[in-house]
Amino acid sequence: MSEFDQMYREVILDHYKNPRGHGELDHADAQAEGQNPLCGDEVSIFVAFGEDGDTIDEVKFSGRGCAISQAATSMLMEMTQGRSATEVASLPREELLDELGIPLSPVRLKCALLGLSTLKLALHKAKGTPLPEEWAGAAGDLDLK
Amino acid sequence: MAVTAQTRLDAGKLRADFPIFEQEIRGKPLAYLDSAVSSHKPRQVLDKLRNFYETSYANVHRGVYTLSEIATAEYEGAREKVARFVNAPEARELIFTHGATESINLVAYAWGLDNLGPGDLVAVTELEHHSNFVPWQYIAKRTGATFAAIPLDDNGELRLDGLDEIAQLGKLKVVAVNLVSNALGTINPVERLAAWAHEHGAVIVVDAAQAAPHHAIDVQQLDCDFLAFSAHKMCGPTSVGALWGRAELLEAMAPFNLGGHMIRSVSLEETTWGQLPYKFEAGTQPIAEAVGFGAAVDYVTDVGIGAIEDHERELLVYALERLADVPGFVGYGPPADRRAGIISFNIEGIHPHDVAQVLDMDGVAIRAGHHCCQPLMSRLGVAATNRASFYLYTITDEIDRLVAGLHKAHKLLT
Repeated sequence: MSEFDQMYREVILDHYKNPRGHGELDHADAQAEGQNPLCGDEVSIFVAFGEDGDTIDEVKFSGRGCAISQAATSMLMEMTQGRSATEVASLPREELLDELGIPLSPVRLKCALLGLSTLKLALHKAKGTPLPEEWAGAAGDLDLK
Repeated sequence: MAVTAQTRLDAGKLRADFPIFEQEIRGKPLAYLDSAVSSHKPRQVLDKLRNFYETSYANVHRGVYTLSEIATAEYEGAREKVARFVNAPEARELIFTHGATESINLVAYAWGLDNLGPGDLVAVTELEHHSNFVPWQYIAKRTGATFAAIPLDDNGELRLDGLDEIAQLGKLKVVAVNLVSNALGTINPVERLAAWAHEHGAVIVVDAAQAAPHHAIDVQQLDCDFLAFSAHKMCGPTSVGALWGRAELLEAMAPFNLGGHMIRSVSLEETTWGQLPYKFEAGTQPIAEAVGFGAAVDYVTDVGIGAIEDHERELLVYALERLADVPGFVGYGPPADRRAGIISFNIEGIHPHDVAQVLDMDGVAIRAGHHCCQPLMSRLGVAATNRASFYLYTITDEIDRLVAGLHKAHKLLT
């Protein structure tokens, strides 16, 4: 498979063109916005917890941007639905990057991690804990709020 | 000055001067459509750099020994070439800097801090590169001066009908404008803006970084006060550029960088400044790079600036015609006759990063981003654009590959 076919492999294009969990939640328990001012990619993430206050009952995103940022966020929705918020708040980035499975330059890595950084911030905000240094740092050029 | 007939350039032949094109990128010949950000270097310049280091290098203006004299002569010879290139009245008005950005910062700090205050007005344009925008915004804030931007029309051209209104905002002291926009290719009416600035007793600072490689520059005809440009966009080395300024303004200014070489005398009590241009050249300069800058001036002058401009306009017309057939193509910028060889565009529904990535897979290099022009991107209502830009070595085959790649991106991503 050529590098080209890897980068825009079918599963990426499918998530980009038919994003999973696309939308917003009116009464979200956790919410955050992320933006990459360098390229204008943006995502907003909304999470509703189950009765135990930790299970991610529903997770949705809205936004616009490049295929990588939007496809990665769409994949993230499928990966995190039904999991524990505590666990997802400390999800290693490799889990998402393995799922993406494409070679990423440093510039495109920021695109790929925009959704995950934003989701982590939403969960940490809801739990009243600070976003770990490595994520605030890894986010680098990203604006998260 | 003798007038020579302008001949057409042969880009295919000139390409052979540029070693970078000898390699393949991703198994394909390089299609380099990003000369607006930086140009490639011909053998003539690379050979000059190597030869200078191997035979003539020493620090300049320092030693009494022969080698230092040879190096000094080369360095000062380069200054004369670069000064002639913009038709400067005197070579001492031409200061070597690390590039156009440093040149503009030099004026903003050394002139701005002493000449601006509350009630004064600094006018830039919505079309400026951050390098001629941010320093003025910063110095205006520091000095309490008012900061305003000349607006654009929907073609990406300056709205001169708004000038009177802007002049009401304060006492106009500085107009900062680029001669050619790096983002849209717009050629700005600098002579008219110079007249407007001078009518109000203001100075005009021209960012010519994007113009110098492609467009004949005559500081006397432009009637500007300061003009900044870089070598690396015009076949020269990185890390060297120039500031031209009127001698009387430069002489009245405080220095910018302080240290060795820029002084007349230093004592415990007081330091006095050297003559132009040395007052503004503290420390060891990019000596070999300046010599390479001189070689780059020779190279583009031999090819002919007029021939380069004509070649790029032909490419521009050809490319705009072919790009019109690409589904979803949205172009920005003025008509071809008022524009340099730069095409800023979007493909509807596809992010510029994806467009550039798909093109890169086929060895086609274009820029995707805000081009250091965020105020302009806001004005256009986009976060980023794609940008293809041309130079003397650009051939139509590269444009054909761009167009083919865009068709591919559209098919893949929409």
